Amino acid sequence: MNIMGELAVLFGVCLIAEGVSALLPVPFPASVIGMLLLLALLMVRVVRERHIDRVCGFLSDNMSFFFVAPCVGLLKHLDVLLQCLVPFCIIALVTTPVVYFVTAWTVQLTRALQRRKGARHD
Amino acid sequence: MIDAILASPFFGLVLTCAAWYVGLWVQKKTGLVLCNPLVISAALIILLLLVMDIPYESYALGGDFLIMMQTPVTVMLALNVYRQRKLLGEYFLPVVAGCLAGSLASVASVLLLCRLMGLDGTISASLLPKSVTTAIAIAVSESLGGIPGLTVTAVLIAGVLGAMFAPAFAKLFHITDPVAEGTAIGACSHGLGTAKAIEIGKLQAAMSSIAICLCGIITSMLALFL
Repeated sequence: MNIMGELAVLFGVCLIAEGVSALLPVPFPASVIGMLLLLALLMVRVVRERHIDRVCGFLSDNMSFFFVAPCVGLLKHLDVLLQCLVPFCIIALVTTPVVYFVTAWTVQLTRALQRRKGARHD
Repeated sequence: MIDAILASPFFGLVLTCAAWYVGLWVQKKTGLVLCNPLVISAALIILLLLVMDIPYESYALGGDFLIMMQTPVTVMLALNVYRQRKLLGEYFLPVVAGCLAGSLASVASVLLLCRLMGLDGTISASLLPKSVTTAIAIAVSESLGGIPGLTVTAVLIAGVLGAMFAPAFAKLFHITDPVAEGTAIGACSHGLGTAKAIEIGKLQAAMSSIAICLCGIITSMLALFL
């Protein structure tokens, strides 16, 4: 599909997602709804990989670029950040290995349990 | 003329693209994880606006267009999961369990520490989604009343930490299973960690990119209950 067609598909999914998000009674991010919607459309083959792969490839290769503007938005709140800079950094630093530890061990233990179950069945 | 330039959306767009280019160049020259192009380009723009005394609103005319792109940038992550669907099917239970536990641990540990340190609601809302990918983190932070800029900063700290220390974490916590290692990297350090996972191994990289999406979905659901 040509680039404009690919953009129409991708932006179309975003548009529907924003509509759905507005209908929901709870504040659920439209972007996550769009992601689930696109995944569903790919699974049922309404949308094929070739319908979006060039645009998605471009966005995926340059993903971090799109976070520059939200980061600059920090300018409006520099005073808030400076006020709590130390606890802010400590929390961001300390919780990261915690998440790693919990995730990795949950996966490792679940797989060990599965293997033991599998072995018992043999 | 200056007024016309500052009133044009192209001002923010040109500034962002140019700063990004400089950021990429600096990272290539230094090769340091800390010299992340996002950190460098955002710092450059903030400095320039402050030094030249240009109001944020002038930048936002173009910047808002880029902020709008957060949605398609998140939506396209679905293609990554779709491409890894075989692996996801193979390791479905352990990966979903891991991402659920990891997201819960992330939200709980942030809330606990924020309370202990007496930070107010805006700050904890901004820190809460710090382990998920930036676009989703911003959306979750906004829905909880957080400040997107603070969230991006926290997301970056988590990402850089993971990218630098992921192999050390695996040794420290005795993680030998590549599926566990990849999932954990994606769960705690999203895309920046995944870039590191690509260097560690193919399976780790694939699991990491699956974990990014799963943790994003789980965290945005958890946020509904806060």
